[in-house]
Amino acid sequence: MSKIFHFYGGVHPQEAKVSRGTPIVDAPLYPLYTVPLSMHIGAPAKPLVKAGDTVLRGQPLGEPASFVSSYIHSPTSGKVKSLGMCLGPAGTQLPCVVIEADGEDKATDPMPPLDWRNASPEELRNRVAQAGIVGMGGAAFPTPVKLSIPPGKSIDTLIINGVECEPCLTADHRLMLESPRIILEGVAIAARILGVKKIYIGIEDNKPDAIELLTREAAALAEPVIQVVPLHVRYPQGAEKQLIYAITKRQVPSGGLPADVHCVVQNIGSSHAIGEAVLKGIPLYQRVTTVTGSPLASPGNWRFRVGTSYAEALKLAGGLREGATIAKMISGGPMMGMAVYSQEVPVMKNTSGILVMAPEEVFQYTSKSCLRCGRCNDACPMQLMPGILSVQIENERFDDAQNWHVMDCIECGCCAFICPAGRPLVQHMRRAKSEVGAKLRAQKAQKAQPPKSEK
Amino acid sequence: MSTLFIIVLVGLITGIAIAIISRYFGVEANPLEEEVKNLLPGANCGGCGYAGCGGYAKALVAKKARPGACAAQKAEDLQKMAALLGASVDTREPKVAVVMCSGDDHHATRQAQYNGINNCRDAMIVAAGAKTCTFGCLGLGACARACPFGAIEITPYHLATVHKDLCRGCGKCVQTCPKKLIRLVPKSAVIHVHCSNPLKGAVKFKACKAACIGCGKCVKAAPENMRIDTGVALAQINYGNPPGEELAAVCPTHALRK
Amino acid sequence: MSDPTPDKSAPTQGATPPAAPKAATAAPQPQGALPEPALIVSSSPHFHTAATVDSIMRWVLVALAPACLAGLYFFGWHALRVLVICTLGSMILEGLCARLMGRPNELRDGSAAVTGLLLGMNLPSSTPWWICLIGCFMAIVVGKMIFGGLGCNPFNPALVGRVALLLAFPAVLTSWPVPRTPDCLKECGPAVAAVQPSTSATGHASPGKPATTATPLKWSKACRETQEAGQLLAQCAPSAGACSLKGYWHMFLGLEKGGSLGETCGLAILAGGILLICLNIIRWHIPVFYLGTVTLITGLAWLIHPEAYANPLFHLLSGGLLLGAFFMATDMVTTPLSRLGAIYFAVGCGILTSCIRLWGSYPEGVSFSILIMNAFTPLIDRMTAGKPFGMPKKKGLQMPA
Repeated sequence: MSKIFHFYGGVHPQEAKVSRGTPIVDAPLYPLYTVPLSMHIGAPAKPLVKAGDTVLRGQPLGEPASFVSSYIHSPTSGKVKSLGMCLGPAGTQLPCVVIEADGEDKATDPMPPLDWRNASPEELRNRVAQAGIVGMGGAAFPTPVKLSIPPGKSIDTLIINGVECEPCLTADHRLMLESPRIILEGVAIAARILGVKKIYIGIEDNKPDAIELLTREAAALAEPVIQVVPLHVRYPQGAEKQLIYAITKRQVPSGGLPADVHCVVQNIGSSHAIGEAVLKGIPLYQRVTTVTGSPLASPGNWRFRVGTSYAEALKLAGGLREGATIAKMISGGPMMGMAVYSQEVPVMKNTSGILVMAPEEVFQYTSKSCLRCGRCNDACPMQLMPGILSVQIENERFDDAQNWHVMDCIECGCCAFICPAGRPLVQHMRRAKSEVGAKLRAQKAQKAQPPKSEK
Repeated sequence: MSTLFIIVLVGLITGIAIAIISRYFGVEANPLEEEVKNLLPGANCGGCGYAGCGGYAKALVAKKARPGACAAQKAEDLQKMAALLGASVDTREPKVAVVMCSGDDHHATRQAQYNGINNCRDAMIVAAGAKTCTFGCLGLGACARACPFGAIEITPYHLATVHKDLCRGCGKCVQTCPKKLIRLVPKSAVIHVHCSNPLKGAVKFKACKAACIGCGKCVKAAPENMRIDTGVALAQINYGNPPGEELAAVCPTHALRK
Repeated sequence: MSDPTPDKSAPTQGATPPAAPKAATAAPQPQGALPEPALIVSSSPHFHTAATVDSIMRWVLVALAPACLAGLYFFGWHALRVLVICTLGSMILEGLCARLMGRPNELRDGSAAVTGLLLGMNLPSSTPWWICLIGCFMAIVVGKMIFGGLGCNPFNPALVGRVALLLAFPAVLTSWPVPRTPDCLKECGPAVAAVQPSTSATGHASPGKPATTATPLKWSKACRETQEAGQLLAQCAPSAGACSLKGYWHMFLGLEKGGSLGETCGLAILAGGILLICLNIIRWHIPVFYLGTVTLITGLAWLIHPEAYANPLFHLLSGGLLLGAFFMATDMVTTPLSRLGAIYFAVGCGILTSCIRLWGSYPEGVSFSILIMNAFTPLIDRMTAGKPFGMPKKKGLQMPA
């Protein structure tokens, strides 16, 4: 493959993927799992169990409460200790089921494996839904919803995101190296559900081994044709809109969805989960997570069951090195991950990484004034003007910010990464997006109101 | 010399032009409107529903609005205004804002150091402000900046406090507080329950030593003034019949205080 | 917070920098009473580039060093005096202003030093100390701090200082001391020196005053106005000739050329400017398009009327054009944010500079043109806001409301 694909803007942070050579290891069984019922975008799942119930591994703990929601499965066998609230990575309280493991790890009867080449797309989609699969890249959008074509839209391209552009994270990379077959079959299943012929797997060219292996394996898989596309290393290549543009040169319209340009983007982890669910009937209750950071003794990649606490994950990575301290703990990658303050936070379906940082590595944001150097302008992959926006937002001029397209911000963090004044630009953008979003919702509600009152 | 002459001439012509324009195109200001406006607090908070104090004054003079819609107006100014407009006005209970939280740095714990924009509403985006009590005051001063009368002070230990004598009860801070901690209460009430956390007493006492733990001592001492709703471990003041200052002594955590 | 890792018992005090800077400085800490939480939370991203305001300003100072050294070489100790007074004066004034305004002192970022140094480089080495200080006051207090400090000023502060002095003390600001000439070059008789009109209006060594000279621009203009252009310009700016090529080379080196103390040596300015471009601190677009536009317009004028107008090379090498294009027009605060905006800005500067030089009453127009274009910066920003990724392209200008 000679052509290297790329997109506008972006930055190149240090990669720091120290755990790229560490094979995936299954995490041991722990006595307690705190399984949040809201590991996805949309309504939290409706609990199917109550305190005192005995559950088996893979048994559903919750069912979708609405269209955009998901099944939640038990990570092990044991007793439901309680239903309550737990701390999520965003610092909010999430409804959860606490499971006391009995140590036997007995599995429930698995769903029967499906012959995906002959099964109907409907059947396959139902299986994906029953397996509780969500986007495992970060946003955790329920996959069955993604795989159902919205009315009035047509899909012709499926793009698999194997970019892993976040520094430090290596979970997807390791997964591609260790189970390429299941991933590719998962991709083929997703393509069959969508009925598309054009299938691309985008991988950044800092993972030549994965590109080579997947190209070889894809060639071995006679049908469908899956094309592996090497991409230029550039953050945020893995952002949906940027990836679509890099591979197909189609621009997702502002405020639109990938379906508007006939694309669906799917994560490597989700493809693997689809493969597991269809081929082996295993629901999604575990995922590969990178645990890394300079204070850790042995960073690596582990397959954690959901509900494992971060504390256990850090212990597994050898705990802290002698004399090391942590000043920051991040759920996800360093560019878009959320700073977490408690090690009680559980691993969720979208926890791609747990990163800890030493005090000297932590960057402290300041509120110095903008120097107007324009670096954010060049770095913004959405071609916004973050410098001007941040000044407007600082003065709470949200209407102006809306006019300057703040709602198109994807919060990738390139602007704040590059800002020499150290301004917390992403925080500004989030604030404006929440304020403008609230305003827009209020306007929408107001518009919807008059006809109601007339009746 | 000629330069001086030209400058003087230009000045003269401009002056005459301005005089003519203001004479023929000037908008006649209603003197009554001006007077009414002077009696309004002039904070342009918009709480009355009109575009600033000027808009409200205009509506008042045009008899489209009634006096008393301005929460921030002083009582004597309201009386004067009513007399000026020839309208009657009911006396109303003046209200003040109270921050229903006692969790400053000495009492409430923080989960982590927050590093970011110095504004509560921005801090909410980062781990909900990282205070252990998720209902507590962040003390970053969004309300203080929103207050048109400068009545809210952030103590050095990060707790917002309202100066009752300066507060006019306009309610701007109520809308600003992302934790919904500020309430407008009758000025006659002297003590308040400075806690908004509805969780179990033991849970919140762990997070904040000044929390209302819902022990019910105040309700026992003054059942007609206080109540505790079922399911919420939080004492409530019956603002229709507020308790006296002496009741504060029964509260073990001093959440019930001035 | 329960925390099973053993090291947690020793929290990261000391090693951990304080939280939320504004809040932390506002709060007096009671005597060790409040325990600091160990972990920091902030918005993403959690990585950051190494570049900071401080490092940028330090590199600008480094890039200015060659031109300063050249100034010191040509104009001696007086140049050092002007540079030191301007730099220190600016820094002290900024410190004072910050204190009066109750703002944190941001002297450490070096922006005041850069402003002061640039101001000094834009003054003749004979400027008296008190005029330097007035310039510092105009630059730092009026040009910068009144608007709210670094990042808020609409005009380049160093140019505000220089233009204020130029308007207030035109005689002082336009009497240029004679630069030192290396001995080895004296017998060469460079072309520029040869055509220096000894009878120029600015005059030469008069008793009691230091010897002064005119800048090439000044006498090229003076010549044109006195209708002697044909003869003189034929000597100083001919289209060919080995001797005059050498003359241009000497102009580029700053030999035998009057001018502000930091603007004469083109070589030193170019070296600094290229360093900044290589470090990605300034955009190459501004100097390239600025100089290109000046070349184009003066070139056209010269082609049409070679007797009356100097050739473009002469314009490029004379006056403060190089210093302005590399260090003044590239000031981040007062120039547009986007690349396209920077190009508009530079072209505008080029047009204005050429017009002032060719037809204006001032011999030099760099400062004025940059200041005028500074005023257009917000408009250019709006004009070039462009379309975000995924927005349909509309025809014509699209300015956000």
